[in-house]
Amino acid sequence: MFRNQYDNDATTWSPHGRIFQVEYASEAVKQGSAVVGLKSKDNVVLVAVKRSPNELASYQKKIVRIDDHMGIAMAGLTSDARVLSNYLRSEAMRSKMVYGRALPVGRAVTSIGDKAQTNTQEYGRRPYGVGLLVIGHDDTGPHLYEFNPSGVVSEYYAYSIGARSQSARTNLERNFEKFEDMPLKELIVQGLRALRDTLQQGKLLDTLNTSIGFVGKDAKMTILDGEDTQAYLDLLDEGEAMETE
Amino acid sequence: MDPIEFRLPHTIHRPAASAKHGPVTRTTQPIVTGTSVVAFKYKDGIMMAADCLASYGSLARFRNEKRLMAVGETTLLGVSGDMSDFQHLQHTLEGLLTQEYDMDDGQKLGTKSVYKCISNIMYNRRSKTDPLWNSYVIGGIDNGQKFLGFVDLYGTTYQSTTISTGFGGHLAQPILRRRVEGREDEITEEEAVQILEECMRVLFYRDARSLNKLRRAKVTAQGVEVSEPYALETNWDFAESIVGYGS
Repeated sequence: MFRNQYDNDATTWSPHGRIFQVEYASEAVKQGSAVVGLKSKDNVVLVAVKRSPNELASYQKKIVRIDDHMGIAMAGLTSDARVLSNYLRSEAMRSKMVYGRALPVGRAVTSIGDKAQTNTQEYGRRPYGVGLLVIGHDDTGPHLYEFNPSGVVSEYYAYSIGARSQSARTNLERNFEKFEDMPLKELIVQGLRALRDTLQQGKLLDTLNTSIGFVGKDAKMTILDGEDTQAYLDLLDEGEAMETE
Repeated sequence: MDPIEFRLPHTIHRPAASAKHGPVTRTTQPIVTGTSVVAFKYKDGIMMAADCLASYGSLARFRNEKRLMAVGETTLLGVSGDMSDFQHLQHTLEGLLTQEYDMDDGQKLGTKSVYKCISNIMYNRRSKTDPLWNSYVIGGIDNGQKFLGFVDLYGTTYQSTTISTGFGGHLAQPILRRRVEGREDEITEEEAVQILEECMRVLFYRDARSLNKLRRAKVTAQGVEVSEPYALETNWDFAESIVGYGS
């Protein structure tokens, strides 16, 4: 039987220059339901599809508020995301207490990036099994970052992670140049449109499975769930009707 | 034969190790001290002054000390009280600014953040009953807004359009109330300098721990500027009429 000698822990290299445990962790991200993030010159938006394990269960939370100026969306192991969001929340609080200023988004993301990197270099640890899209607004404007288990952190105009997220990225790549001057409402609808492309055949976005988060120059971090998403889902359908006319 | 005993380093109790450092000590009085700082808001920003003297008790020991310093690009710090405690804080701030520089992300530490940070340091030290024996005046322009704040060795903080520390609180503050308050958006740089020099002159006449050599500093939208030391002109003619003073 095939056995890989180089994947027993996250600190061992393969002769081809790969770290298998980190690659496996990245697979965990691809199993989580998709999240999409995108930004304009003033606002930045997250949209996500929530899953429920069965008919009787509630839908798993995908977007979390970190502070008035920052939020995250997760794909992968939710429990790992909770550890990271707790850490981010306490860092954001510390920044407010000590310096009286909102934690700069880039610094927040690099700090969890460093934590993830440590997990790939110290014996006896495992990588986080979660990917995050981090949005925030600070003195340098709106930001969208991707965090992944390898510890690599990148900034984007628009991005998506999670199951079938390539379809959303294809959509974003086609449209991202229009995002810059878009008002918030339209930006959300654009996000939902990209998100819809990740759904399986026969599945639809509805008030139960859709989650919307945004923050911007004039908007504190806000998360919309349930009935609050209806208005945007309606806009999504309206846009569709106009295009076919 | 005795069994070999292994002990982890942190489980070994050595009473001599702590005694070596001697008893716990605290600052109970300032030693080398700087006197008043005078500061206020004017049209273009913040104006501040302090003399160049660091006294050793009543001895005018160090006559060329810098008691005004820039913290980053938009913040001015004025200090009175113990000079060694000030140097300690300088060290801490230097570390903080180096950290910020190393981040290299274009984020600036604003005046309000510096003020909050110094206030926290001061309150933290007083809570350990080991205060930094100073009064600090922090001024600057934060997000286009003029800012002027005070913090002392108890961690007391307040913000105002005019602030003076030490003897200045008695002698300069009434002058500032009369000449500055309510007019802080009208006062030109020339007038501000004139007000500042009036305050510093009065302080030099009456404060026995002061010197007529001083530095002025300002924060404007262009940044922080601390002047070279210069002397104030004084007039001691009145001394002639005082028996046992002039002659």
